[in-house]
Amino acid sequence: MIKLKFTFCLVLLASMLSAQGQGSGSNMLLYSVIAVCAILVIWAMLGLASNLMKIEAGKHGLDPEKENYGVFPGLTDLFKAKRPSYAVGGTFHKFDKGFDINLEGKANGPIEESNVTRFAIKPTDFNGMSPIPKVTVEVGDEVKAGDVVFFDKKRPEINYVSPVSGEVVAVNRGEKRSIAEVVVLADKNIVYKKFETPDIDTVDRSALVSFLSESGVWPLINERPFDLVPALDVVPVNIFISTFDTAPLAPNSDLVIVGNESAFQKGIDVLTKLTSGSVHLGLDARGEHAPSNAFVNAENVKKHWFSGPHPAGNVGIQIHHTAPIKGNDKVWTLGVQDVITLGNLFLFGEFHAERIVALTGGELHTPKYVKTYQGASVADLLKGNKIEGENRVISGDVLSGTEIGAESFLSFKDDQLTVIKEGNDYELFGWLLPLSPRPSISGTIPSFGKDHEYEANTNTHGEKRAFVVTGQYESVLPMDIYPQHLMKAIITNDFEKMEGLGITELTEEDLALCEFVCTSKNPLQSILRQGLNAVQEQS
Amino acid sequence: MALVDFFKKIEPDKKKSPLLHTAYDAFFTFAFAPNTVTKGGVHIRDGMDLKRLMVTVVISMQLCYLFGTYNIGHQHFVAAGQYLGFLEGFHLKLAHGLIQLLPIFIVAHVVGLGIEFYFAAKKGHAVEEGFLVSGALIPLIMPPDIPLWILAVSVAFAVVIGKEAFGGTGMNIWNVALLARVFVFFAYPLTIAGDEVWVSGFEKAAPGAMAEYGWFHTGFFNSLFDWLGLDTFRAGTVVIDGYSGATPLALAYQGGWEKVTTVYSEGQMIWGSIPGSIGETNKIFIVLGALILIGTKVASWRIMVGMVVGLIGTTWLLNALGTTPFMTVTWTQHMMMGSFLFAMAFMATDPVTAASTNTGKWIYGILIGFIGILIRVMNPAYPEGWMLAILFLNTFAPTIDYFVIDSNIKKRLSRA
Repeated sequence: MIKLKFTFCLVLLASMLSAQGQGSGSNMLLYSVIAVCAILVIWAMLGLASNLMKIEAGKHGLDPEKENYGVFPGLTDLFKAKRPSYAVGGTFHKFDKGFDINLEGKANGPIEESNVTRFAIKPTDFNGMSPIPKVTVEVGDEVKAGDVVFFDKKRPEINYVSPVSGEVVAVNRGEKRSIAEVVVLADKNIVYKKFETPDIDTVDRSALVSFLSESGVWPLINERPFDLVPALDVVPVNIFISTFDTAPLAPNSDLVIVGNESAFQKGIDVLTKLTSGSVHLGLDARGEHAPSNAFVNAENVKKHWFSGPHPAGNVGIQIHHTAPIKGNDKVWTLGVQDVITLGNLFLFGEFHAERIVALTGGELHTPKYVKTYQGASVADLLKGNKIEGENRVISGDVLSGTEIGAESFLSFKDDQLTVIKEGNDYELFGWLLPLSPRPSISGTIPSFGKDHEYEANTNTHGEKRAFVVTGQYESVLPMDIYPQHLMKAIITNDFEKMEGLGITELTEEDLALCEFVCTSKNPLQSILRQGLNAVQEQS
Repeated sequence: MALVDFFKKIEPDKKKSPLLHTAYDAFFTFAFAPNTVTKGGVHIRDGMDLKRLMVTVVISMQLCYLFGTYNIGHQHFVAAGQYLGFLEGFHLKLAHGLIQLLPIFIVAHVVGLGIEFYFAAKKGHAVEEGFLVSGALIPLIMPPDIPLWILAVSVAFAVVIGKEAFGGTGMNIWNVALLARVFVFFAYPLTIAGDEVWVSGFEKAAPGAMAEYGWFHTGFFNSLFDWLGLDTFRAGTVVIDGYSGATPLALAYQGGWEKVTTVYSEGQMIWGSIPGSIGETNKIFIVLGALILIGTKVASWRIMVGMVVGLIGTTWLLNALGTTPFMTVTWTQHMMMGSFLFAMAFMATDPVTAASTNTGKWIYGILIGFIGILIRVMNPAYPEGWMLAILFLNTFAPTIDYFVIDSNIKKRLSRA
């Protein structure tokens, strides 16, 4: 690189000149001040000229990235992270902060057909839904995939539909007679309700929105801040899709996308009609090989490459680094499989809620991928695969998933099921001499190398304490946010500070790793949700 | 686990005897990591907890303890003009060191932990681990000849006023160990003023002063050593003529580095075979402790590096002025004298009382380095500046954080 060589020549010249002057020492301070001033003046002049050159080059369209002209390499040029060779186009972001928790029980191998017979849709999976939504079906009714099952009385225009066809076998109730889940016993061959799809090139936005809310794909959209099913009149500033998941044992999107490439692109095309900005795609730049072509070659999107440990794949982190949420902006986020469902609706006129689910965790005989539908029964998924003993079934990953009973159903958004051991044992001097390997960012706990797969259990490894350690959360959160101060602002109900410190840029999954590493075992995710609820009520 | 069952059986009733239950709980959780599982939020937790964090700090200062104990005895005999070689009279020096250190260690812990247990029982929460570190630090920063009642009063003051009044571990504004020392410093200035060296076991550190040997010296250890055929403590031991009672810092104030080196060699100062507070003399072992803390990420390297930067920068400035002999002392020499390194490794890095943002930590560290050297060099009343500099910056750490946080908020608002 010519610019680098030129700079080194200057440095060499300067050092030769300085070697000649052998000062007496008495006036060294004065001389050095003068020398520093002279260097500063020269540096300012050269820097100005160099910048002017860059601007001129930009004007002539020679160098839109402003990288190749000008005299000096900028500091950012010198220390800029190297892109992998396949990461062409779009922006590139490399994170050093974060931590990959390598657990045993990674799902492998071909995607198997599952024999799940029961599926459920749970009102509790949607933030802000009233506890008793209007259920439009009764036990014994036959439904098709795409038929309305319930709607929120506050927003009756948004339909929540059945993922499969079959017979409604139960409407289970939870606390205070709230609706916990509506269970459907699936047909052998799924029958789909037919929708009349509008032509997305000509349809106007409001007609498109009402079609989406009627056909049941609207709840697939997640609105930030607060993680809501968006209101119909909201126009998002941007839409973000992260095409990779870095959470522990998370499913590989490259497997999910196989065979669904056109549906994914179709889904993106629909989304571009809904936003005033653009659809942003977060791409995986961690591996040696490029991610699936469906992601790399996707059209009508702005691409961003991300490299680094978890939480690099979290959409919240990606938003923060590409087009952060400002003021009262709303943005939408979708998962890869949600986009595929949306695309399939427009390709086939049917609500296809197929999901590839990763069954993971150390307490399974064979962790694997299975093909099923949204809201699959956990008992059916794990039949004969779960190791006997006290273990915990989690819908989602171990950091931000929800604990569900062995008779429950996967959550609406989740495409991963994790089973790990309950850690309700006493451990003799466990804090001083841990006998079993355990994942940790601390240098005091022996690490078994990057490739060691840890057996994790649900023990807290210590008691809850006041905040003591500082800088720990920041070390695993690649965002310009001070989580500990935000937590304190939430606890003290300081709204101005909560918003100023960026509470609207976060959701639980973004802080999950901070909660994992917390030495004082504080419940950051629930504190954050408490703050988000408070802010949401205020606005 | 039969042992667990046994311990569970003897658990006292929480309602009937809260203090007993608190004490039981503290010892039980010390012996067994609890069986609590995660609920809501994350399902797995990092293996690190506050107990392990605190014990790492305690472990990192064990070398200082070992050396400090022996050095108490060594200094005693150097003052008496006996066994001048470092390893000569090993058993006597160790015995004398233990006789001095153990009561200090026990009193500091009994008083401090007693108060902690009492407040924990009153408030109805578990005993928090903060005092593990404070209790280990306090003996290291006390003079070896400190009267035990003064120690007890100062520890009680530090724990009650400095910590429990603010709400316990994690809530205090000032470093608890330093508060204990600053209490002694201001309340009993004759005991700890610090311009004369502290040598234990004599009436005072001046030529002709008589050695004070108690029952442990003459009764217990002398009969033991006698039986083993070793040398014993000799009655009538006095401080030899010509023994200098001045500390390196006091010497530097009078005549710069030259004057210091007439009494103490560089090697002595680095290896710590000089009089001083119990744990702060050996610079090598302190640096090793600091490296353990940095390597395990228990303490913030930013604060430590910040302090060194502050020290070097300020010293350069003073060297350039060079009007008094002390101002000509270079930064490496400053590091060898006094307790800079100890304050850097163990005192300033207390996460509760230091600045909590990364930018804030740099500012905090650099300012401590700057103010500490200023106090040391410019102020004849206080021969050592780190205690005051750290407590001063402890007070301002929230202010530093406030501005760092505020700039983050402003940046976010300017985006909107």
